[in-house]
Amino acid sequence: MDDLLAGFAAAFRLIVTLDAELIEITLLSLRVTLTAVAIACLIGLPLGAWLAVRRFRFRRTVIATLNALIGLPPVVVGLVVYLMLSRSGPFGVLDLLFTPTAMIVAQVVIVTPLVASIAHQAMRELWAEYHDLLISMGASRWQRMATLILDGRRALLTAALAGFGRAIGEVGAIMIVGGNIDGATRVLTTAIALETGRGDFALALGLGIVLIALALIVSGASHWAMRTERHGRW
Amino acid sequence: MVSLLPLRLEGAALVRRGRTLVGPIDLDLPAGDVTAVIGPNGSGKTSLLRMMHGLQPARGRIRWSVPEAEARQRQAFVFQRPIVLRRSVAANLAYPLRLRGVPREEARARADEQARRFDLTTLLTQPAPSLSGGELQRLALARALITEPELLFADEPCAALDGRATRAVETHLARAASRTTLVLATHDMGQARRIATRVIFLLHGRVHETGPADAFFSDPQTEAARAFLRGDIVE
Repeated sequence: MDDLLAGFAAAFRLIVTLDAELIEITLLSLRVTLTAVAIACLIGLPLGAWLAVRRFRFRRTVIATLNALIGLPPVVVGLVVYLMLSRSGPFGVLDLLFTPTAMIVAQVVIVTPLVASIAHQAMRELWAEYHDLLISMGASRWQRMATLILDGRRALLTAALAGFGRAIGEVGAIMIVGGNIDGATRVLTTAIALETGRGDFALALGLGIVLIALALIVSGASHWAMRTERHGRW
Repeated sequence: MVSLLPLRLEGAALVRRGRTLVGPIDLDLPAGDVTAVIGPNGSGKTSLLRMMHGLQPARGRIRWSVPEAEARQRQAFVFQRPIVLRRSVAANLAYPLRLRGVPREEARARADEQARRFDLTTLLTQPAPSLSGGELQRLALARALITEPELLFADEPCAALDGRATRAVETHLARAASRTTLVLATHDMGQARRIATRVIFLLHGRVHETGPADAFFSDPQTEAARAFLRGDIVE
């Protein structure tokens, strides 16, 4: 209990004094996660909309696979990305292993199925509502997808926020492909794991509080997005 | 420009799991009329309109005087339950124009003009889904007509409206009829009498009687049509 209280006190001190290491790790976490979520949205949102408006032979299989991929163990993703980016792997020549880029790649693989799946659910409901109108107006497939993405933007924001929540808290994959190198690839979660192992609970807890604060900000933003829809602000 | 009408249906039928629900129907739809599609509930009014508009895959042939893709661009549909985009009234009005590549500013100006014609000006910035039933149907009609279609299908557009809203919609439909061929499914015989110049009476998914509205209402040729107009239950 004393350790915990001392940890909270030290954490408070680190945050209030804007500890340089804490700031550096937090900013890298945000950079990696926001980039990964942006890329995942660029892939996942149109994919979700496409799956909603397009009927093809193995559509249900693709959707089931996508949903199954949400549960991909991050450690396994990390291992596969590691093998792909290692010197003997197919992308070894790019020399990306143990860089933030490798961490972004791993997070994109983890987050994209989640974003695409939530986007698909939202788009499917909107498509059921809009179907007759858009067919009647002769909208092309691209126009239909664009309309769904634009009008479903609040639900899609929620998808992006869910992706952010998953990515910011992820540790297994980025530990493997990033290497948790001080000043280079150390992010909040890997630093917490490291400092806990070292017994420096103060820093670990400080990092944990920042992580939780970021998660709360994300949750708050999500709530705000839904509230704007309920109140009919456009 | 070649007119997309007459529309010709040859053995058009709606078939589900081997069962024929509507048709087969042979029909010519000439330009210029206001055609009321009437009949008891379940007679196939909505299905016939959806088949003609291409919303419902149909057997048989549905032939336009122009290629089908072009025909789609020159017709519009107003649904019984108005479907509006989750956008402002102005964005809803501009939407069909934007789909056709009309520049944003021009689309906005035409949307404003259309809003004025349909008494929607004060609602332009409102979220469309927050409108009342009558306003929604007026918006749907204004949006359908903003591209100046040659043919407008309206499926029971006043079914859920009160008298005042019905009058407003009918006024706009009558005004549109001077430029647009109308096909109107309705269960309201008063409305059919007020607006229609031609009637298609459906029974059990087939055309039972068709002809000029005046003749149909004053001297129906079949017993079923006479019974329907008397208000009897027609099975």
